[in-house]
Amino acid sequence: MINKVVKTASEAVADVFDGAIVMISGFGEAGSPIELIHALIDQGAKDLTIVSNNTGNGHVGLAALIENRQVRKMICSFPRTAHSIVFPELYKNGEIELELVPQGTLAERIRAGGSGIPAFYTPTSVNTPLAEGKETREIDGKPYVLEYGLKADFSLVKCKTADRHGNLLFNKTARNFGPIMCMGAKATIVQAKEVVDLGMIDPEIVVTPGIFVSKVVEIADPLSENQLIKEERRYPWR
Amino acid sequence: MEVVIKKGWSREEMAQNIARDIPDGSYVNLGIGMPELVANYIPENREVVFHTENGLLGIGPSPAEGEEDDEMINAGKKPVTANKGAAFFHHADSFAMIRGGHIDICVLGAFQISEYGDLANWSTGEPKAIPAVGGAMDLVQGVKHVIIITKHTTKDGKPKIVRECSYPLTGKGVVDRIYTDLAIIDVTKNGLFVKEMAPGVDFETLQSKTEASLNQY
Repeated sequence: MINKVVKTASEAVADVFDGAIVMISGFGEAGSPIELIHALIDQGAKDLTIVSNNTGNGHVGLAALIENRQVRKMICSFPRTAHSIVFPELYKNGEIELELVPQGTLAERIRAGGSGIPAFYTPTSVNTPLAEGKETREIDGKPYVLEYGLKADFSLVKCKTADRHGNLLFNKTARNFGPIMCMGAKATIVQAKEVVDLGMIDPEIVVTPGIFVSKVVEIADPLSENQLIKEERRYPWR
Repeated sequence: MEVVIKKGWSREEMAQNIARDIPDGSYVNLGIGMPELVANYIPENREVVFHTENGLLGIGPSPAEGEEDDEMINAGKKPVTANKGAAFFHHADSFAMIRGGHIDICVLGAFQISEYGDLANWSTGEPKAIPAVGGAMDLVQGVKHVIIITKHTTKDGKPKIVRECSYPLTGKGVVDRIYTDLAIIDVTKNGLFVKEMAPGVDFETLQSKTEASLNQY
């Protein structure tokens, strides 16, 4: 029998190892799997390379993982946002690496990596500093930059609904990087607001088919990063 | 001697100028900040679908206070609603819309625009600054019409429309039209052409505020 459902977030992230490449879903707070990230902080894997659009807010979630010195390198498109405090400080002091990737290129590198496409040409970043040192090629008279697919050891993803096969539905703009990150990792770990019985999700509307998912944990009432930031909370809680 | 211009369009009027020129049925992506104002001024008899790169086509008005949803935001991470006929999608699809030429118009801010339509709007290149690019480089390469909304000069009066950008580029030769507080300017193969000037602005004054050469139709 296939049953990808595990009981706790700590069980879900137990296998993450030092030096792993980890994709973390979310656009800002929307879609960020905060319980899985906090479980990863408790678990303690370090020297991680994190692929995520932003670098976290305040002192919780992804920002807390970075603050806990578990991250060696960030691969992202927009590392400074209104509430991003931790990453900018470490970056200015040269204590964390940054690979800056245009957002669409980041998305396509993740999809390509998960789809068996090792590299692709894109017009994005042509003639800019972000194309420096990269192979370029003219196709039909237009210049393109060669970009490589991204593959991760683990993906941590938040969704709305899952079943025991790992079929997933998402919620509104919290979908963002979730479906492609599910495809992009050797092991995809998902936190779902609800786990429903097999057959309850109409096959016609499945967003991520279960084949792309390894583990599912139900987090019925996830924390609101916004709320935690307003309350100036820090993880680990103190 | 510096010419002082008191007249010119307000931010709202600049947004109105752009909204007036967006055809019925367009798919439009608005950048963060001043570009967002454009959505407020689409004439009622036109149906325009707004795209946000974090996965929504059909952005509706801002939600009422207390109705905000953390999982319902725009690219600027501000709360939004979805109109009837809206669609959600993941990031790779969102950028397939952008890069694949499916979006008709994008409206972006700028640090500098060159007379060849080069755009710099993501980094000042200062060594201590943290670089952040987001979706700007994808938008300028893929969207059919790239429109810029910007003050004509910087806060300290320096021209933003220049011969050559000194800041790192977002894209080369990508801008189609510039809407400033002083004028509306087309970027063409033959150079910059002034389409319209704000009330009280004349060509000589406009040229004095612009490093690049301007032409009149």
